[in-house]
Amino acid sequence: MALGQLSADPDDAPPELAAGRLARLLRPFVGVAVPATAAIAALLVGAAMLLAFGANPLVAYRELITGAFGGADNLADTAVRAMPLALVGVGICIAFRTDVINIGGEGQIILGAITATVTSMAFDDVPRVLLVPMVIVAGAIGGGFWGAIPGALKAYAGVNEILSTIMMNLVAFHFLSFLLQDLLIEPGAIKIQQTRRLSENADLPLLPGGTRLHIGVLIAILVAVLGYLLLFRSALGMRLRSVGHNPDASQYAGMAVKKSITQALAFSGACCGIAGAVLVFGSESHRLIGEGGAAAFTQNAGFNGIVAALFGALHPIFTVPASFLFGGMLTGGSDMQRATQVPAALVVALNGVVVVFVVGSLRLRDRLRTWAGGISSYGGRA
Amino acid sequence: MSDFFTVSVLVATLASGIRLATPFLLSALGETIGQRAGVLNLGVEGVMLIGAYAAYITALRTGSVVAGVIAAMAAGAAMGIVYAFITVVMHATQGISGIGIFLFGLGFTDLLFRHQVGTPVPIDGLRGLDMGGLSELPVVGELFFQHSVLTYVAFALVPVVWFAMNRTTFGLNVRAVGETPEAADTLGVRVNVVRTQAIIIGNVMAGLAGGTLALDVGIFQQNLTSGQGFIAVALVYFGAWRSSGVMAGALLFGVVSSTVLQLKTLGIIVGANSTIAAMAPAILTIVVLVLVSRRIGAPSALTVPFERDN
Repeated sequence: MALGQLSADPDDAPPELAAGRLARLLRPFVGVAVPATAAIAALLVGAAMLLAFGANPLVAYRELITGAFGGADNLADTAVRAMPLALVGVGICIAFRTDVINIGGEGQIILGAITATVTSMAFDDVPRVLLVPMVIVAGAIGGGFWGAIPGALKAYAGVNEILSTIMMNLVAFHFLSFLLQDLLIEPGAIKIQQTRRLSENADLPLLPGGTRLHIGVLIAILVAVLGYLLLFRSALGMRLRSVGHNPDASQYAGMAVKKSITQALAFSGACCGIAGAVLVFGSESHRLIGEGGAAAFTQNAGFNGIVAALFGALHPIFTVPASFLFGGMLTGGSDMQRATQVPAALVVALNGVVVVFVVGSLRLRDRLRTWAGGISSYGGRA
Repeated sequence: MSDFFTVSVLVATLASGIRLATPFLLSALGETIGQRAGVLNLGVEGVMLIGAYAAYITALRTGSVVAGVIAAMAAGAAMGIVYAFITVVMHATQGISGIGIFLFGLGFTDLLFRHQVGTPVPIDGLRGLDMGGLSELPVVGELFFQHSVLTYVAFALVPVVWFAMNRTTFGLNVRAVGETPEAADTLGVRVNVVRTQAIIIGNVMAGLAGGTLALDVGIFQQNLTSGQGFIAVALVYFGAWRSSGVMAGALLFGVVSSTVLQLKTLGIIVGANSTIAAMAPAILTIVVLVLVSRRIGAPSALTVPFERDN
């Protein structure tokens, strides 16, 4: 599918005029302009909504920020909420850079959670040093498999991946619901869709400090670094990005375009699958729970991870702080709700606004960039 | 299983399939018009949610179903203006901005619902029309003459959309800006104006589709549409951008959904197996996409923003 080619053409750069000097001074800031404008615009929209609900936006935002970042426990909770966003976000970077739109994060999280859960059940007594890596890898395999299907369908049958990944989400959700009512349900539990307490050897160890923070945060950072190395420091990543830029030219240059598309969605799904494993084994209940719908388990990370990746300019490393920011919004949302009676769902709505503003302001950024004479630092497709 | 194959059950299943097809049909017809003009709107799901909430809260506060329908369409129009600004003016990538619209609709309706209503209060929803003797006819009466007025509106729109697309100047302009916007521009068609009109019409229909859903079940809840808006986008591909094809797809999905419900009600599929059956529409969509994806027919300029070269 043809996504608009949004990168700036350096040939359009105007000749050096008086404004040119100013432009050169501003050049390094153009890249930051998009997320900054989007964030400010979203905060303003949020303030308007809060006013409409009769709440004081300043109080609401103060509560949100304190709830998110005020104190060690809050920071730890924010980091825990940010982990799935960062993991999904890295996957989104890989897919979007290959010009493949992965909306299937939710389903890939669920599949990763299922394969990780089954693995831990099968190897209950394996010591922790082995079992933790095993469930993480199992999650990656499950999510990767779930991503590879729409990838192959796009590459070899021309199926629009946006639609197929959304449908794969629905299939995964019903599959989870089936398993938790049947094969994986806790013995004795009849009504509650959940597994038994999974093996203690698979618990993600807590980090020192007495908070809820567990090693999932290190896994997320490791995956982000690996994602960066894959995309920008390997021949495979070079091929993926090349296919994302111009599939026809890549094909002409002898690159395996179809294979690249499948791989991109498989890697993307694998990252989401790891997020699923982290959600299960980093949870306080240490169970896979399907009660309350799919979003109750995935925390909508499959969608919110897209927001974080876009905010991080589709760069795996920058996606980590962006996720921390959005994790903070999600944690602080409930504090805001307590203080102002405005439901925390406001944060989900604002995430949508952020997406719209980020993609809506890319054109603005490219105009600025052309004006400043810089060359797009990445494909610019988003 | 034999319980299912009796005349009364089959007729009831088909009749409710037609009823369930209505939101699919309305939103997919609207999406067809937008895509014919070259604009992909993946935000249908979000617009449907907003339309559904608008219809629900208006009907709840005023007690009037008609007011609810009007509110749903007005909410759709408002979202259409927003989406036109994002895609036509700002040239935002259409696939992803649609996801933004979806997230906004999901969060915003949940927010409003929790804030304004809290615990679900049912409303007097749509009722089937009573067409006297026609409605009482055996079989045919239940199948065709007991539906709500919005179902008839949706199916009446199929020939209307066909006529508008193929026999009017507006339709010609829409198709022209979706296929070759540069040529249309040369001939004096205002590409972005036509696209904006098409987007707004499509969103009004998506809003109405959501309103139909809420008024039909008489309740609102978080994520009421649960993927129907996304299926509607897939139906446009299924129907190869023709209103008759879209109608066939909507009916197929309506009947599949009603069959699953009926089998569940009759106890033919029980317990956890019903979740497997619930996958049917999603899997069907994927299969259908595999089958139709190689067919030619997508508007050439779909998802490509238009800008005049100076």
